[in-house]
Amino acid sequence: MLQYVLKRLGIAILVAVTVSMITFSMIYLSGDPAIALAGETATQEDIQNIRRVYGYDQPIVVQYANWLWNALQGDFGQSHYLKKPVADVIFERLPTTMLLGACALIFALVLSIPLGVVAAVRPNSLIDRIALTIAVVGQAMPSFWFALTMMLWLGIYWRLLPISGTASWANFVMPSIALGYYITPAVMRLTRAGMLEVLSSDYIRTARAKGLRPMTVLFKHALRNAIIPVVSLAAVQFGFMLGGSIVIETIFAVNGLGFLAWESIQRADLPMMQAIVLVLSFFYIILTFLADMLNAWLDPRIRVM
Amino acid sequence: MAERVLEVEDLCVEIPIPSGMLRPVQHVSFHVGQGETLAIVGESGCGKSLTSLAIMDLLPSKAKRRAERLVLDGDALTGMTERQMADIRGNQMSMIFQEPMTSLNPAYTIGNQLTEAMLRHKSVSLAEAKDRAVWLLEKVGITAARSRLGQYPHQLSGGLRQRVMIAMALMCGPDMIIADEPTTALDVTIQAQILHLLAELQDEFHMGMILITHDLGVVARVADRVAVMYAGQFVETGTAAQIFDSPTHPYTQGLLECIPIPGKTERGAHLGSIPGIVPSLVGEIRGCHFAGRCPYVHEACTAEDVSLRPSLDAGHEYRCVLSPQAAIANRNKQAAQ
Repeated sequence: MLQYVLKRLGIAILVAVTVSMITFSMIYLSGDPAIALAGETATQEDIQNIRRVYGYDQPIVVQYANWLWNALQGDFGQSHYLKKPVADVIFERLPTTMLLGACALIFALVLSIPLGVVAAVRPNSLIDRIALTIAVVGQAMPSFWFALTMMLWLGIYWRLLPISGTASWANFVMPSIALGYYITPAVMRLTRAGMLEVLSSDYIRTARAKGLRPMTVLFKHALRNAIIPVVSLAAVQFGFMLGGSIVIETIFAVNGLGFLAWESIQRADLPMMQAIVLVLSFFYIILTFLADMLNAWLDPRIRVM
Repeated sequence: MAERVLEVEDLCVEIPIPSGMLRPVQHVSFHVGQGETLAIVGESGCGKSLTSLAIMDLLPSKAKRRAERLVLDGDALTGMTERQMADIRGNQMSMIFQEPMTSLNPAYTIGNQLTEAMLRHKSVSLAEAKDRAVWLLEKVGITAARSRLGQYPHQLSGGLRQRVMIAMALMCGPDMIIADEPTTALDVTIQAQILHLLAELQDEFHMGMILITHDLGVVARVADRVAVMYAGQFVETGTAAQIFDSPTHPYTQGLLECIPIPGKTERGAHLGSIPGIVPSLVGEIRGCHFAGRCPYVHEACTAEDVSLRPSLDAGHEYRCVLSPQAAIANRNKQAAQ
């Protein structure tokens, strides 16, 4: 087990370093950053000044090393637009995004896993059809439209929930549903497929032949094996929800990281964008690592060599 | 005659499929006594596995079971609820499957899987169940049994896993054990060991056993009585000696032709084979099911259904229109050629 953990950890660190290099080189992808920063009316001298101030005149390896060293210490530089430390802004916005992502993930898993299990236990039944419909509708429906529709009915016509802001828990209900619903179909279909496969396996027959109760067969023997791919998917989707909630955060005016990313792109705020991409990538890496650990716990074939 | 543990009368399995009604098991009747081994022999798809699953009530949900009588230890299994049936499975009657590699759950330790049936059926503590598991693992010839409890199935070889499956089936001290091709997936060298083990344990625990196999060599070694199954029906039943010495049904004769006998079959000699394929079991078949492949077929075979009838010795029955004398004469003629 320890060997496995160390191996995964090593891979995670390698990926993190690679990601940091790519993130750093992002600023050069759109041309000379100094020229972009200086604006159209700038003189050659202005551009040189900017180069020197921001360190763009140094060799790229040195720039990268400096940037990485500072980043490791929590210093992502100054925001060009907000004139505040990037780290402060990000850590101010991060909890909101994390909370929204976690709520959305919980909503998605609580809805989709039981639905997938029931659909697999009774394939082609009414409940399976309903689950399939939910999945197809969920996949086909654009999330912004779903969010706006929900806002219209729950928020404006029936006045059940607040439609914007982050003042109380009630503010998070609609964004969580809108964000979580998006990943429900994939998780549900994967759970259903996994359960169908596992339920027809020989060891489930063995479990039934032992006279175990149906619930023991279903949850102890079947679900544990069927859930393994779902864990990996959920981890990736959670990462996606942290970074990809721009639309939902914008619609519900949730002041999170996604919203910040969108603003920073508009403002050409390079250090801010770099930092956001880096932070989100690290979340992905951490989540993947945690998913691997969870799977190793679930499946001894990974853990015990 | 030992007390009967299991009695089966007129067992049928029906599966509705798009092209009609599939009848993989048709009017099967037999009984198994304490300490007795009944071997059910037949080629793939003849319905022998479905017969055992039907007894355990583990058929696929689409398949329907019908039986005149299905009695275990004096209790009728027919008409039992799923709950009552679950109380019997793994407790009074247990099953060993064909595929040891996939029949154990990869996610749980051997110890966990061994003890769970006992914890479910008997009021014992975990420690008691573990002690019994260790005792049985030693019985089935597994060394360092206590340390095996913490191992996972993927750490064991196929032969060891089948031994674990056998131990698992014996955890609650069943009266009846059904072994569905327990050695098919194993190496030849392991096959004999496992069979000896099964026979020994059965003797020791005085259980009734149904041994399902397509391997006549296996049957000859361990069976008290044999039922030859073909296309959903029993075509011949009798003691092992009766079946091997004076097979009466042409199918049984054909099956025995297919086995080489050491010392008797010459090197390079042609082994027997039964030409043709098993008939489709969708809908009703008129007359003898083997008629399409039988070397002695004539009009009477397909005129009407053939029922099991007594052969020369007591307890030996066969399903053929030929008289036993004529059938055995046919075989001798064949052998002389």
